[in-house]
Amino acid sequence: MAARHVRSIINGDAVEFVCEPEESLLDVLRDRLALTGAKEGCGTGDCGACSIILDDRLVCSCLVLGVEAEGRRLETIEGMAQHGELHPLQRKFLEHAALQCGICTPGFLVAAKALLERNLNPTETEVRYWLAGNLCRCTGYDKIVRAVLDAASEMREGRHAA
Amino acid sequence: MPLDQTAKSGTPFSKVGTRPLRPDGLDKVTGRARFGADMTAPGMLIGRVLRSPHAHARIRSIDSSAAEALPGVKAVITAADFLDRQDEHRDILVNVMAREKALYDGHAVAAVAATSAAIAREALSLIKVDYEVLPHVIDVEAAMRPDAPILHDNMFTSGVEPRPSKPSNVAARYQFGHGDVQAGFAAADVVIERSFRTEATHQGYIEPHACLASVGSDGQGELWCCTQGHFMVRDISAALLGMDISKLRVTASEIGGGFGGKTTVFIEPVALALSRKAGRPVKLVMSRAEVFRATGPTSSTSVRVKMGVKRDGRITAAEAELKYQGGAFAGSPVELGAMSAFACYDLENVSVIGYDVVTNRPKQAAYRAPGAPMSAFAVESVVNELAERIGMDQIDLRLKNAAKEGTRAAYGPTFGPIGLIETLKAAKAHPHYAAPLGPNQGRGVACGFWFNFGGQTCVSLNINIDGTVALAVGTPDIGGSRASMCLMAAEELGVSYDRVRTVVADTSSLGYNDVTDGSRVTFASGMATIKAAREAVKKLCARAAAIWGIPEDAVVWEEGQARPAGPNAGAFPPLSLREIAAMAPKTGGPIAGHCEFNAENAGPSFATHLVDVEVDPETGRATVLRYTVAQDAGKAVHPAYVEGQLQGGAAQGIGWALNEEYIYGPDGRLQNPGFLDYRIPVASDLPMIDTVIVEVPNPGHPYGVRGVGETSIVPPLAAMANALSAATAVRFTELPMSPPRVLHALEARRMAQAAD
Amino acid sequence: MVQVRLGGTLQSYSGGRSTFEIEGANIGQILAGLGEACPRLKPLLEKGVAVAVDGEIYRGSLLHPVRPDAEVFILPRMAGG
Repeated sequence: MAARHVRSIINGDAVEFVCEPEESLLDVLRDRLALTGAKEGCGTGDCGACSIILDDRLVCSCLVLGVEAEGRRLETIEGMAQHGELHPLQRKFLEHAALQCGICTPGFLVAAKALLERNLNPTETEVRYWLAGNLCRCTGYDKIVRAVLDAASEMREGRHAA
Repeated sequence: MPLDQTAKSGTPFSKVGTRPLRPDGLDKVTGRARFGADMTAPGMLIGRVLRSPHAHARIRSIDSSAAEALPGVKAVITAADFLDRQDEHRDILVNVMAREKALYDGHAVAAVAATSAAIAREALSLIKVDYEVLPHVIDVEAAMRPDAPILHDNMFTSGVEPRPSKPSNVAARYQFGHGDVQAGFAAADVVIERSFRTEATHQGYIEPHACLASVGSDGQGELWCCTQGHFMVRDISAALLGMDISKLRVTASEIGGGFGGKTTVFIEPVALALSRKAGRPVKLVMSRAEVFRATGPTSSTSVRVKMGVKRDGRITAAEAELKYQGGAFAGSPVELGAMSAFACYDLENVSVIGYDVVTNRPKQAAYRAPGAPMSAFAVESVVNELAERIGMDQIDLRLKNAAKEGTRAAYGPTFGPIGLIETLKAAKAHPHYAAPLGPNQGRGVACGFWFNFGGQTCVSLNINIDGTVALAVGTPDIGGSRASMCLMAAEELGVSYDRVRTVVADTSSLGYNDVTDGSRVTFASGMATIKAAREAVKKLCARAAAIWGIPEDAVVWEEGQARPAGPNAGAFPPLSLREIAAMAPKTGGPIAGHCEFNAENAGPSFATHLVDVEVDPETGRATVLRYTVAQDAGKAVHPAYVEGQLQGGAAQGIGWALNEEYIYGPDGRLQNPGFLDYRIPVASDLPMIDTVIVEVPNPGHPYGVRGVGETSIVPPLAAMANALSAATAVRFTELPMSPPRVLHALEARRMAQAAD
Repeated sequence: MVQVRLGGTLQSYSGGRSTFEIEGANIGQILAGLGEACPRLKPLLEKGVAVAVDGEIYRGSLLHPVRPDAEVFILPRMAGG
């Protein structure tokens, strides 16, 4: 089959690429656009390491075709820090030592951001269930959950202050 | 080396024990960190591996002509492309690429490199392998039967006198112990004997194996890969390919988890062989299914334990028989399982026998305290049952029998200072232990031991002209060790943490380093860092002495500055590291410290775990309500990452206890090679995991550090089983304690009660 | 002379004997002496063992000194994950 031409907005930038019709969005991001922050841990939507936000929806980019990105907005881990300033979640992950090897970290951050955009005051249980699609084998999740709760708290205070 | 708890300056630690941000953190929260699959090269090809669909089959022939003729295919390789070595690397060679026989479902038989992944996949489908399917064996007990299909005609059980006359699947028999167990059992008031089984579990690192190889026609090669030990990858790959070690440079990428599973080679020699044949760089990345089918799970096991106790709680004898299958090659961790089985106890009479068994499964790889969790599961379950039978508190029974300094370990030598009793006391004093329990809830306790290792280590510490410090280590950082190295260097040099930058150097930049395993890095690379920093300090002092024109021994190093040792040495204002570094080019050149050594005397590690579970009587599902880990770290260099190790090990152990298992069909094929069906714990499965870091200094390290990475996975299997048993009044002896198995046990109990 | 004890598995290569008196001032000399005293152990010793000297485990230090009154215990070589 012939390659397709696709136009998307990725992390605020207009991006054009060509891809094979059967190519996953994850492969496009990693192999064609050099956005290797999203990781392939399974390729079957089970680990969440390739999480991105597609038009405000959290998805596993390994389960989306590259051609499906046509005309849509994508947010990846590479776009999370703005103007050189880390997102509160990124800062809190560092402060809480919420990563060990770090392979799952981009997926967790993107997923947590999607959560806090919907619910800035999640309970521990809500955080745990929202993040249940992201696998971490190193941390036992304790410090990840604490980092997300702490970031939410800081962002709530920031919103009240603003 | 004498224990120096106060660091060089005589003041308490100022850096070690703090929790600064990790130096590789920013890259890892922004997606910039480069892992195994994140590297590319100009002209790069994509490699793919063809794997056996059979558990056991003779390979009559391989016809790759159609694949080679496919446009875009640049190389096809089989076992014939590797040296046919008969030395200590033989098993690795055969595991990397099958020779006469495919020994398990997923065993590599051929590989291709092509201009795209799609072409590589198509090429695999064009390779014709003529298999003669052979009978297979998956289960450890079945593999030991006299009529079992034999994997290796040349395998005669070692450790048995006289040498067996017939080959078998039992690679070796091991035994440890001392005293007279029969007399010990005779002296006991209560004797309990039980058999246990555990299923194979995978290390489950989220990053599949990945590498990028480039070999030129001049025979020189470069390899980028995710590994726990790039020096090991270099040496073994060079051996399998017949290359000089000096001609292969291996760079370790960031590594997305290993837990022991990345302490060997799988695809790395394959990618190098493909690249050599194609004359172009080749990237080879495993799929998740390949990771499950062809890399490391740990052993499935069958363990029998017998222990006797007096009414006063003194254990009089302990005996165990361990059978571990290690996949298609010798080398299951049964020996370590046997040695560690009773290491927590001070026993006069102990006997352990272990059998290393081969089956048609992937070659097992080390998994976090390899061998120890399974034997601890059995032993710690029986210890709890002994406590129940004599009506003694489960921690008190352990305290009464706990190994301590001077105890002759069940595996032979005498323990030095160890912290088991301290962890037991910490667990007993923890509010968790006194908290009330509700209906269908139970509390379990278990202890764990791990040897900890040191090993060959080499670091280089360079003082830069601006007074910052470049530290090169050769042990891949798998959980934050660069932060610990920076802390230790900063402590010795008296500079701030952020003035030290630690990198994992490639194999051409440093001498040999053993793999990141055995909980060795913070201990061994840390000690090497301290030694290198002390050498650099000596040179800094010598430089200051030369500048001042006084003897070297008249200069001391305090808080990052060289000072005259006393009033008699002369009145000179101190020279800071930064000032000496700035003058270095004109006062004798660069200043550096190095250390090359073999770290020994790592100091064993002990832990006690507490867990509360609730079992749903309708579904058999066990929910972990509360979990507390108390572990001896010797000295916690970066406590946040020590806690992370304790929590992570506990979580892996919970998964092993409740859900994780390799499931094989009658055809010998793995049925669940994916994270959907091989279920590792997710965030909603777990509570917060509380930690208590106990610090009983290790005399073998200048700060008292002990490795912490592995011990935390040893107690959870038994702790969970003890908790489930307490919650249900059913003794669980088989893992995983998945809902169907628990429900079955509950129903059996109800039936038995109804019958009474 | 140093008293050297063997771990259980190694005893199956020494005819069940668990204790040896060996002349040697360091780990390497003791292993060499042990190999001479019991040739069937030699291949195992050469393949690699760990040696506990007064409870401290050494895996790669043939030159480590051993006092005559030290407790010396020979173990299998071990590795971790």
